Amino acid sequence: MNKIKKITKMQLFLPIFSMLLVMLVNVIYDLVSGNAPFGFFSISTQVTSSGNTILYGRLIDILNRGSEVAILAIGMTLVVSASAGTDISVGSVMSLSGGMCCMLLAGYGVTNVSEYARPLWVGIGAGILVAVVCGLFNGFLVAYLNIQPMVATLILWSAGRAIGLLLCNSAIVYVRVPSFQFFGSYVGFLPTPILIAAICVLIMALLLKFTALGTFVQSVGINKKAARISGFNSAKIILMCYAICGLCAGIAGITATSRIYSADTNNIGLNMELDAILAVALGGNSLGGGKFNLAGSIIGAYTIQAITTTLYALGVSSAQAPVFKAIVVILIVVIQAEPVREYFKKLSAKKAAAKEA
Amino acid sequence: MKKKLNGNSILLLITVILFVVMYAAGCIVYADKGFTHLQTFLNILINNAGLICITAGMTCVMLTGGIDISVGSVVAMDCMFLAVGMEHWGMKSPVLMLLVLVIGVVFGIVQGFCIAYLDIQPFIVTMAGMFFARGMTAVICTDQVSIVSDAFFVKLSNMKLNIPFNIGAYENKKGILQVPYVRITVVIALLVVLLIFLMLKYTKFGRSIYAVGGNSQSATLMGLDVRKTKMKTYVLASFLASVGGICYCLNTMCGTTTQATGLEMDAISSAVIGGTLLTGGVGNVGGSLVGVLINGTISTLVKSHGKLVSSWANIVTAILLCFFIVLQAILSKIKESKKA
Repeated sequence: MNKIKKITKMQLFLPIFSMLLVMLVNVIYDLVSGNAPFGFFSISTQVTSSGNTILYGRLIDILNRGSEVAILAIGMTLVVSASAGTDISVGSVMSLSGGMCCMLLAGYGVTNVSEYARPLWVGIGAGILVAVVCGLFNGFLVAYLNIQPMVATLILWSAGRAIGLLLCNSAIVYVRVPSFQFFGSYVGFLPTPILIAAICVLIMALLLKFTALGTFVQSVGINKKAARISGFNSAKIILMCYAICGLCAGIAGITATSRIYSADTNNIGLNMELDAILAVALGGNSLGGGKFNLAGSIIGAYTIQAITTTLYALGVSSAQAPVFKAIVVILIVVIQAEPVREYFKKLSAKKAAAKEA
Repeated sequence: MKKKLNGNSILLLITVILFVVMYAAGCIVYADKGFTHLQTFLNILINNAGLICITAGMTCVMLTGGIDISVGSVVAMDCMFLAVGMEHWGMKSPVLMLLVLVIGVVFGIVQGFCIAYLDIQPFIVTMAGMFFARGMTAVICTDQVSIVSDAFFVKLSNMKLNIPFNIGAYENKKGILQVPYVRITVVIALLVVLLIFLMLKYTKFGRSIYAVGGNSQSATLMGLDVRKTKMKTYVLASFLASVGGICYCLNTMCGTTTQATGLEMDAISSAVIGGTLLTGGVGNVGGSLVGVLINGTISTLVKSHGKLVSSWANIVTAILLCFFIVLQAILSKIKESKKA
C-alpha cells in the first residue's frame, strides 16, 4: 500500500500515467478490431520510393509528429516557470520564422523555386534569428515593463503571422530543394524531426544538470523579489527565458516548414501555442510558475500527439478530434486539481478510520 | 468636475481621443470613398455587433483577473447549431435561439465550476472549452450550411432600422435618398453594453466583480463569496458569447467549422485597448466598446485604401496594442513611484 502511495506522489506520475492510459486505449482498440494486440508498439522498416530504408510504425509517427510541440514545450516550460505566464505567440513566431527562411531562400515574391537564391544557412539563420528577436521583444515587455505575459505576447500573436504573410507576399512559397527538405524528412532510417527534438532536449537537460540555470529560473519564478534581493538579476533571467522560448519556436518553425518544404504562413504553427501550454500543464507543472520538470513537459507533448494519433486511428476526423482532446484535458486537470485531491484524501482517511473502528 | 483624472481615466481618454483622431483622419483621406457618411460608422457597428457582446462579457471576466478564450469557438458552435437546426432539423428559429442561450449558460456553468470551485487555471479550462466547442462544431456538421429557409430568421437578418429624422441622410449619384440604418444586432449589442455598464456600476454583483479582481483576499475578508462571484462571471461571459453568436449568425447567415477563429483574441485586445487590465480590478465596459470601434476602424481604413493586404490590419492593431500596453505599464510605474 505504501509503495503505491509513493508512486502516485511522484512528480512524473501523472504524465506517465496518462501516456500509459492512451497506450492502453490503443491496445484495447486493436484487440477489439481484430488487429495484432500490440500493433501500436510494433516498429517495422519500410523501403521508400527513393530506395531508402526507414522506420515505420505508430510510435515512430507519434515521435515524429510530436517533435515541434516537444521543442516548443522546452521553451514554454522555462517561460511558465520564470514568469508565471504563458507565451501565446510561439505559433505565430513559428510561422514568421518559416516565412522569413523561405522568403530568403526563394527570393521575395517568388513562389516556387528548385534552386536556392541564397545559401541554405542564411535562410535558416535568419529564420531562427527573427524568432530569437521576437523572444527578446516579448521578454523585454515582460521583464522590464512588468506587463502580464499573456498580454505582452498577444502583440506578436497577432502581428507575427501577419508579418510572415507580408514577407511571403501573401502566397505559399515552395522551396523544392532536397537539402532543405532534409530537416523534415529522414536522416538514415530515423525521421530528422525526432533527432532535432532529441538534440534540443539533450542540450537543455545538460544545461539544467551542469549549470545553475534551473535554480535561477525556479527561484525567480517562486519569488521574484526575494530572488532579486538574494542577488539574481531577475529581469535578465526572465528575458533569457523568453529568448530561449523564441529560439525553440524558430527551430520548430524551420522543422515544420521543411516538413512541407513550403512556407504556408497561414497554417504553420496554427494553435500550436495551445498544445505547447497544454504539454506543460499535462507534465504536472503549475502554470502559476515556480518549480518545473522538463521531462514532464516533454512526456506531456508526446502524450498530446499520442492522443491525436489515437483518435485518427479510431476514425475520428481531424475537425472533430478537439472534442475528445478537450475531454481528456479536463479529466486530467480535474484529477490534478487541489480540491479534488483533498476530497479523495478525506475519503481515504474516512475509510481508514472506519477500518480501525 | 473637480474629480482628479487618475491613471485609468487618462487611458480611457487617450483611447477615445485616438478613436476620434483615427476616424477624422479617415474622413479627410478617404472623403471621396464615402468615409464621411454616417453609414460608414454604422457599418462598423453592424459588422462588429457580435464582437461587442463578446467583449462586454470578456471585460467582466478580465475584471475578476481571469480570462475566457473559449468564446470564439462558442460563437462558431452557436452559428453551426442555428444553421443546422434550421436547415437540416427543421426547427423554428426562436426555439433554436433560446436553446443556444441555454447552451451558453450550461457551458459557462461547467467552466465556471472548474475555475471557481476546483481552482484550475482559467486559461487551461477555457482552452479545453475552446477545443470542445470547436470540435462540437464539426460534430454537428462538417459542411458549410447557409441559412435560407427560416422566414423569421431571414427577416430578422435583413431588417433595416432607419435612423429617425433622416439624420446623416444623403442623396446618392442617382438622386435617391439614402437613409442611414442599423441592423437589429446593433440594438442588441448596444443594449448589452448598457446593461453591463449599469450592472458593473450599480449592482452588488457588479461591485463585487471589481472587489474580487482588485484583491480576492480582502474581498473574502469583506465577506464576499469570491468563488460564487467568479462562477457567475464565467456564466455571464458564456451567455454573452451566445448572444454574440446569435448576432454573428444574423450577420453571416451561415455555419462553418472555421468561423470566428481568433475572435477571442480580438475581444481581449479590444478590452485591453479600452483600458481593462488583465490583472483584474481595473476597467470599464464603455472603454471596451471604444476598443472594438478602434479595431473596426482600422480594418475599414485598410479596406478603404484598397491596395493594402488585409494582414496590415493585424499589424496596425498589434502596434496599437503594443502602444497601449506600454503606456499602461508606464502609468502604473509612475503611480508606484508616487506612492513610494
